[in-house]
Amino acid sequence: MNRHSFDSRVKGVSLGTTILAVKFAGGVIIGSDSRASMGGSYVSSKVINKLVQVHDRIFCCMSGSLADAQAITRAAKFQLAFHSIQMDEPPLVMAAASIMQELCYQHKEELSAGFITAGWDRKKGPQVYSVSMGGMLVSQPFTIGGSGSTYIYGYADAKYKPGMTREECQTFAVNALALAMGRDNVSGGVAHLAIISEKGEDMKEDADRALSQSRCVMGNSKAKE
Amino acid sequence: MALSCVLEPALSGFNFENSTRNIVLENGSEEGKIKAPKPMKTGTTIAGVVYKDGVVLGADTRATSDEVVADKMCAKIHYIAPNIYCCGAGTAADTEKTTEMLSSNLTIFSMNSGRNPRVVMAVNILQDMLFRYRGMIGAHLILGGVDCTGSHLYTVGPYGSMDKVPYLAMGSGNLPAMGILEDRFKANMDLEEAKSLVSDAIHAGIMSDLGSGNNIDLCVITKEGVDYIRPHKESPFNYKRQAKYKYKPGTTPVLTKTVTQVELELLDETVQMMETAGSS
Repeated sequence: MNRHSFDSRVKGVSLGTTILAVKFAGGVIIGSDSRASMGGSYVSSKVINKLVQVHDRIFCCMSGSLADAQAITRAAKFQLAFHSIQMDEPPLVMAAASIMQELCYQHKEELSAGFITAGWDRKKGPQVYSVSMGGMLVSQPFTIGGSGSTYIYGYADAKYKPGMTREECQTFAVNALALAMGRDNVSGGVAHLAIISEKGEDMKEDADRALSQSRCVMGNSKAKE
Repeated sequence: MALSCVLEPALSGFNFENSTRNIVLENGSEEGKIKAPKPMKTGTTIAGVVYKDGVVLGADTRATSDEVVADKMCAKIHYIAPNIYCCGAGTAADTEKTTEMLSSNLTIFSMNSGRNPRVVMAVNILQDMLFRYRGMIGAHLILGGVDCTGSHLYTVGPYGSMDKVPYLAMGSGNLPAMGILEDRFKANMDLEEAKSLVSDAIHAGIMSDLGSGNNIDLCVITKEGVDYIRPHKESPFNYKRQAKYKYKPGTTPVLTKTVTQVELELLDETVQMMETAGSS
């Protein structure tokens, strides 16, 4: 009774997605869209949560196969909590990213999921790490990922400036997500944002950028907010 | 972590032993060495909705084996815990056994810890198990329940993905059922509204999908208890037998009757005393 033809690479529910993270002085902003698809033509969830809190000040966003990504983040959450208790202090963002990388690399044949890990720690402050599907770990000031990211590389490279304020970063993140959702068919829904700083996760904003509603950011308009 | 007797101990990281086994089986069956049996699929419409006081789950009752209806009154809403029920779509045996195993694990946990299980615990156990089997267990499940943290509705896919949702439909009839749910779902509905919404969603699945049919079962879970309504609505197309197929004694006429005596010869007789060991 298989009505949906399965995507040849990802079986089951897939997070064809747009994810990004940006660092500003004092914190990071991590964001994603909210669409989960099956077989490239059926939206199985319009409001799925791709931002996972793996520790108090460390978030991960997922892309790829939903089952694999959820399993990896759950294993990472456990290992990170254990590590944090052993060290008797909050874990470094690098530790979280390394755990994800170990899992992705050691099981690269069986798993298909990529992540962006971002957070704040006392040693190095705000950091953004990109853990790709094969297990590559790279630290960057900002990063975009997922299938929708291909449409916004130009925008991101043009608009990003080092040393932006928090509000500027927020606008940058929301606009980038909106533009990607406008062009990529497997990204859509609303934009979820999480802002992490020394004071903890400030606000989890569900910036309502669903393109079919009144506050509509068209893909071809450079948002002026 | 302290209750180790509940499940096999969780190893950190992943265990992919079953992946190699699955690859060998798949390749073997292509060459004709191992013929995988065709499993009975439920070809189903199941739905769930969170309302003001709890959760309403619904399901049709048809189980199909290719084109034949194998079971007209199949129960697709499975008991997990006194406050948690689960609808299953996909391969009938997989949903049955998975939910039975989950139910046993949660019962042992309740006895050991003295606490009622939470819906999120059931979801975690299911996720671990289904992910470990890499999609080979064809169980698409909707879990609903009410615990101390509130009313929850979760979906767990066969590959181990999960999602927490306010309303949901699954199975081969999920597209028409989702249409009804998307149109009429509101947050904090009252009981009658929720029951009629789920019932109409299942009905849409039954009408538009060949694999779903017969009656509609509902299960209402609240803090006070569970109301398992089976059937909630019976199919108006129940076939009533036109005649009886039992024959009265004397229907077949006896033409002749011959009695043959069988001669038995007693050859050997032994008697063995039984040891009735009683205190005398």
